[in-house]
Amino acid sequence: MKMDKHTGMTLIVKMITRVTVGFMLVFGGYIVLFGHITPGGGFPGGVMIALAYILITLAYGREFVEHKVSGVTASIVDDLGALLFWTMGIIGLYVGGRYFFNFLGKGEPFNLFSAGTIIINNIAITLKVGMSLYAIFLALAILQRVVTEEEPKEDEK
Amino acid sequence: METVIILHILLVFMIIGSIITVEIKNMLSAVIAMGAVGFVLSVAFLFLGAPDIAITQIIVEILSLIILIRATINVDNVAIEKKEEIIFSNRTTLIFIGVILVFAWYAFHSLPPFGDPSMRVSQFYLTHGLREVGATNFVTSVILDFRAYDTFGEAMVLFTSISGAFAILRRWKKEQHKDFLRIDREH
Repeated sequence: MKMDKHTGMTLIVKMITRVTVGFMLVFGGYIVLFGHITPGGGFPGGVMIALAYILITLAYGREFVEHKVSGVTASIVDDLGALLFWTMGIIGLYVGGRYFFNFLGKGEPFNLFSAGTIIINNIAITLKVGMSLYAIFLALAILQRVVTEEEPKEDEK
Repeated sequence: METVIILHILLVFMIIGSIITVEIKNMLSAVIAMGAVGFVLSVAFLFLGAPDIAITQIIVEILSLIILIRATINVDNVAIEKKEEIIFSNRTTLIFIGVILVFAWYAFHSLPPFGDPSMRVSQFYLTHGLREVGATNFVTSVILDFRAYDTFGEAMVLFTSISGAFAILRRWKKEQHKDFLRIDREH
């Protein structure tokens, strides 16, 4: 874990980020996994996970995050989420005869594994939404960095 | 009845926030005023009894605020305005608002009254949802089981728009910032 003291924000922001990011990720996972029991679901949970990554990016600088999850990795995970969602629909078509047929067991209400394919669809939407929004943020941050870095070079010439 | 009064107060606040967003000169203040509109919208969703949409709205509002502040914090917003263009755009806007209001007057009369919806479709979900799907959150059971095809299309819309945006922004990188793609392989 390379920690460069000169990139990113101040030490206070870095410490608070280190404490809060775990809570944000756990709460995002809770919202996703209990999306069929309590209010929530794949979309808000995915955005919350993306927000945790964005907080790390803002606090520790772009280089620190790109060794963990680069823009290319985020894009690939985004595609995998979309593919998983589509695969669930196709499996439902071949097993039950209807697109997105709920082919898993219903289970007891108020249990975690209760509503068949809904929990898998939620996880697929989470991967898709979270990683795509994080990739967009990375692209925007990099674009701004290019613009701000090029100006002093032109002045030197 | 109380819910309607609270909703009207929130809507007036949102209209004031939107006008401030459009009219204020400072870009950062405009972004923050737009964020206030979004947060009040999430409170309105809570009063309407839709906690799912309230959670989504407040989270997405935070994300868009971060991206917009990050994008506008260093930008000089010097608006170049010509007087003739302002007059033309104001006239066009007023004409289109008038047309929309005339059609909305006829369209909204055919809608059911507020707070008294026809319960034919939603009553089916409420009575059959728990037995056929097994999810206790009926919103999730509607959007991921009964209407999963719509959700799939919505996810594909997001996928397409984000791939397009990412492709446009990536062209910048290949020309000017070539080491972005290589970071993955080196480390």
